[in-house]
Amino acid sequence: MAWVLGGSFVGSFGALFLKIGAGKLGRSIISVATNWRLMLGIAFYLFSSVFFVLGVRKGELSVLYPMVSLGSVWTLFWAKLVLGEPLTRPKFVALGMILCGIALLGLGTR
Amino acid sequence: MSTSSVPSHDHAQQRRSFLLVVCCTIIGAAAQILIKKGAGQLGANPTMVETALAMVLNPSLLAGFSMYGVSMVLLVLALRHGELSLLYPVFALTYVWVTILSVTILHESMNGFKLAGIATIVGGIAVLGKGSSK
Repeated sequence: MAWVLGGSFVGSFGALFLKIGAGKLGRSIISVATNWRLMLGIAFYLFSSVFFVLGVRKGELSVLYPMVSLGSVWTLFWAKLVLGEPLTRPKFVALGMILCGIALLGLGTR
Repeated sequence: MSTSSVPSHDHAQQRRSFLLVVCCTIIGAAAQILIKKGAGQLGANPTMVETALAMVLNPSLLAGFSMYGVSMVLLVLALRHGELSLLYPVFALTYVWVTILSVTILHESMNGFKLAGIATIVGGIAVLGKGSSK
């Protein structure tokens, strides 16, 4: 479970760098391949997959897969802190619901 | 927001995006089952490097991550023409499929807490889509 939750943290950096990289996207394939922010984003995603595989090795998929959604909670924080995107009320509600859901899943696995 | 004044061309586009996301969720859920199967075939205490290698060398893991990649491409294609606030709740269907497949194929147990947790997360993802601009 710690692996999967840790992986969601790593994966959220993937989302952040993909977003920053996508904003600087050029037309040609070469400019996409040399866009280091984009590549760093993909690298973070791949790295987070290693965490997920290690985590899902033991434990139940029905519990661990939904826990990946913690990543969107981290991503909301980075979007606010780094990108300056507004944290609207629906986003705040969604954040609370995802955290509650993860807590419930935790309770269900005891 | 779509109203009756929207041309029918946009409705067809919206429906295509909707179907694309449904396909994306089915492929994405099947990918998770394969990843779980492949992960279970790893040795006793694999290192990060061994795990990373297995993602390429283990047939189940490779197939799982390839299908995951396909599902992400479908999602991006759907999002190009569809509205995020409408498609994101559909995307949360993945959690429903994963739960059904985990119980039927992997014989995992289910209880009230888990079901409530999954339902709350699905709701949260749906609300997240509503709160985001396109």
